[in-house]
Amino acid sequence: MIQVTESVAIEHGLKKEEFSKICELLKRIPNITELAIFSAMWNEHCSYKSSRIHLKKLHTKGKQVIQGPGENAGIIDIGDDDAIVFKIESHNHPSFIEPYQGAATGVGGIMRDVFTMGARPIANLNSIHFGSPQHKKTKNLLRGVVKGIGGYGNCIGVPTIAGQTSFDDSYNGNILVNAMTLGLVNKNKIFYSKAAGLNKPVIYVGSKTGRDGIHGASMASSTFDDKIEEKKPTVQVGDPFTEKLLLEACLELMSDKSIIAIQDMGAAGLTSSSVEMASKGNLGIQLDLSKVPCREEKMSPYEIMLSESQERMLIVLEKGKEDFAKKIFDKWNLDFAVIGKTTNTNKIELIFNNSKIAEIPINLLAENAPVYDRNWKKTKLPQKLKFNKDNFKSLSVSDCLKKILSSPNISEKKWIWDQYDHTVMGDTIQKPGGDAGVVRIHGTKKAVAATVDSSASYCFSHPITGGKQVVCESWRNLISVGAKPIAITNCLNFGNPEKEKNMGEFVECVEGISEASEYLDFPVVSGNVSFYNETKDKGIKPTPTIGGVGLIKNYENMITMEFKNYGNIVYVIGKTEGHLDQSIFAKDILNEKKGPPPSINLFNEKNIGQTILNLIEKKLIVSSHDVSLGGILTAVSRMCIKGNKGIKINKPKGLTNKYEYFFGEDQARYIVEIPTNNIKEVDEILNKNSIHFDELGIIQEKYVTLNGDINLPIEELSDAHKYWLKEYMNI
Amino acid sequence: MNSSVIIFPGSNCDRDMDVALNKFGFKNKMVWHNDQSIPRSDLIVLPGGFSYGDYLRCGSIASKSKIIRSVIDFANSGGLVLGICNGFQILTETGLLPGILQQNKYLDFICKNVFVKVKDKKNKYFNNIKKDILELHIAHNEGNFFCTEEELKTLEDNNQIAVTYCNSEGLENEDNNPNGAINNIAGIFNKNKNVLGMMPHPERMIDKYLSGEDGSLFFENLLGNLK
Repeated sequence: MIQVTESVAIEHGLKKEEFSKICELLKRIPNITELAIFSAMWNEHCSYKSSRIHLKKLHTKGKQVIQGPGENAGIIDIGDDDAIVFKIESHNHPSFIEPYQGAATGVGGIMRDVFTMGARPIANLNSIHFGSPQHKKTKNLLRGVVKGIGGYGNCIGVPTIAGQTSFDDSYNGNILVNAMTLGLVNKNKIFYSKAAGLNKPVIYVGSKTGRDGIHGASMASSTFDDKIEEKKPTVQVGDPFTEKLLLEACLELMSDKSIIAIQDMGAAGLTSSSVEMASKGNLGIQLDLSKVPCREEKMSPYEIMLSESQERMLIVLEKGKEDFAKKIFDKWNLDFAVIGKTTNTNKIELIFNNSKIAEIPINLLAENAPVYDRNWKKTKLPQKLKFNKDNFKSLSVSDCLKKILSSPNISEKKWIWDQYDHTVMGDTIQKPGGDAGVVRIHGTKKAVAATVDSSASYCFSHPITGGKQVVCESWRNLISVGAKPIAITNCLNFGNPEKEKNMGEFVECVEGISEASEYLDFPVVSGNVSFYNETKDKGIKPTPTIGGVGLIKNYENMITMEFKNYGNIVYVIGKTEGHLDQSIFAKDILNEKKGPPPSINLFNEKNIGQTILNLIEKKLIVSSHDVSLGGILTAVSRMCIKGNKGIKINKPKGLTNKYEYFFGEDQARYIVEIPTNNIKEVDEILNKNSIHFDELGIIQEKYVTLNGDINLPIEELSDAHKYWLKEYMNI
Repeated sequence: MNSSVIIFPGSNCDRDMDVALNKFGFKNKMVWHNDQSIPRSDLIVLPGGFSYGDYLRCGSIASKSKIIRSVIDFANSGGLVLGICNGFQILTETGLLPGILQQNKYLDFICKNVFVKVKDKKNKYFNNIKKDILELHIAHNEGNFFCTEEELKTLEDNNQIAVTYCNSEGLENEDNNPNGAINNIAGIFNKNKNVLGMMPHPERMIDKYLSGEDGSLFFENLLGNLK
């Protein structure tokens, strides 16, 4: 057996001081298996040691919240005993090393988090971020990630209903793959991970344990260097077929009352699942590792405890229910083994070949895990840029529009979503490509809308504003389809927390998220943190991803963004100041990357959002779309392209610079289509709520026109918008 | 009218098919792959999904499952057997239908609406459907139908080609062929036309809030024939 020394501990990713603390707490030097357990529980990925004190500031409470952060996933009440279980999680590090398996197992992992709670997954979403399209790795990574997400989700038979894709140099050495799942559960039949009762059997179900993914969680808790190829064995291998069987078997067992607690074996596998269940139940747990079903011969306790083989669950069962449960897992051809029991020792005790090989008090692994209040630095609000006439002299509105519509970050991502089954389960009523994906609650009039959003450039420029903005963007995307926003999940992707700048970005983004979600009554119910997205000293832009969920009470009231009828009037609701700093226009057309992001006015967000929802519920507007990247003209062009209709745009009143008006990215704005008969009532409602609006134009056939500036047929815009990604991928 | 949907481990369109059949008036039962026999049925459906993970050739393990003998006997006695997507793949593996389904031409999974042309109406699946072109939905990775020249000739001579990919005007060419299938074939019959295998999913097109409603025409016609 390997002798544990400080250097062995450091190889396991522990710091020198952390190792001393372990020895002090244990009052002895741990053996190698115990060290492995400490390293797995104390790494950043499992312990949240750098983020924990800041995450406490998040706004997590609300009338509809059944379960906030701290469980496998968050849960919200959507009425009639129905509840939605949802969470987003990162799989960034593994996806960069091995894109297909990394992304696939990311999807598998998040679905397990959801069905562990008794919910049947009803929708998947993803937010994926790649380096510059010109970077040599980007194309293969993109292809691999998309295939991996599709390969897993399609096989399970859960629709992938929405997503987000971005390209930015800062992801050249660290791509981001964030996967989100929504599940449906009866609110009286939710399952938790808190163990209870003594001498209850601990059951292992699912796939066998192999040597894949060992040290996966530690790998995700450090930065990359030149030797990342050597890390391939730390990436898990997914088996969606087994997951599908595991899903059906678990839900079948859950229809009875035999489960006390259940937890999926995700990061740090058997170690974290057993420790978490015991810790939450304030119990001890004893496991006989000789009884763990293994895929390979002669696996050591060390390997068994650290393996991240996928599609496995740990269950604490009611005594006497073993045979009943085993029958179900036999039916689905899955392994089932009683591997231990709950105890009153408050320790984790491991037996192997009839001798005790490890013994650690649970509280040392959980409550006593290190917590760091790391140093961090504030980001100052950058000076606003001053553009003058010369900046715009040689430009034409039409060319700028076409360039923006066909740019990597704005162009249509159909090549991606065509590869995801988005219609299986027969309830997808808004497909990818809209403001939010929408699925019906099977057999009811209700539907849930979901969206994933992030704005790394805004967050990089000014983290507090950026953090607020992402929450608002999520809120607007839900409003735009007619859904009442309920709650969010966040996936906080950042660089190295040991660097003051990165840590500051984290702290301030969290502050922004918290402020906006509290103001909008849009609480955070689940999430995860991914630090160390850094390669050779270069970190990513701060990228908090927000997954938002909203409810549509009657799905017949849902609306979509495409223009519906000729002659209808189009309004821009919300005030346009013409903020170009940090906009797509500034970056792609003016090649200007400085300046502050557009500011956020939470009062306006709430007031305008609620008013739009009111207009939708009263059926006064027939399409709506929020204005985001690329400004008014980009938003309205997408509505034209999707509806195959044109628009006659009015000259903006009282504003000198048309570029600022049409491409500025001021927040809290929506574009809506109004039948002429409803104009009077819409105006009254907007005026009553003191909301600014501009009459943008009238829907016409085939052309987008603006007197003297634009005269573009829809096909031309559509071609510009649709072909970039396909061409890039060489099809 | 009674129908049975067979569930294999890895099937994932079984519920959708159950919903569709019930919506149009079938009394549907779900049958587990390990069962020996099938309840009395007027129609047996092999649903879409990834039976046994499709880790071998798609559908090949399912074609050796316990229940499949009863399906074959039912088909040989003239009973209606419908295989959608993975179900079509299974039917070719059992030999009830000729040919194979290869990986899509461009090697990507495809999920989208497509148009198909109804090539034969002298059968119980399409006979009273007034439209000649239907908008259906596909979602597959291996839908690229292929068969030998002799098999193709037999299919053509006996009018066994059920539906072909086309555009909204009925034009069947390469541009409108999503997966590279030979002669744009999207679905075929056996000789007696009681067995139909097709890649498109009619069960995903039964509601105006979904991708479309042409699937409803398919199920209504089928039920009408069995009454």
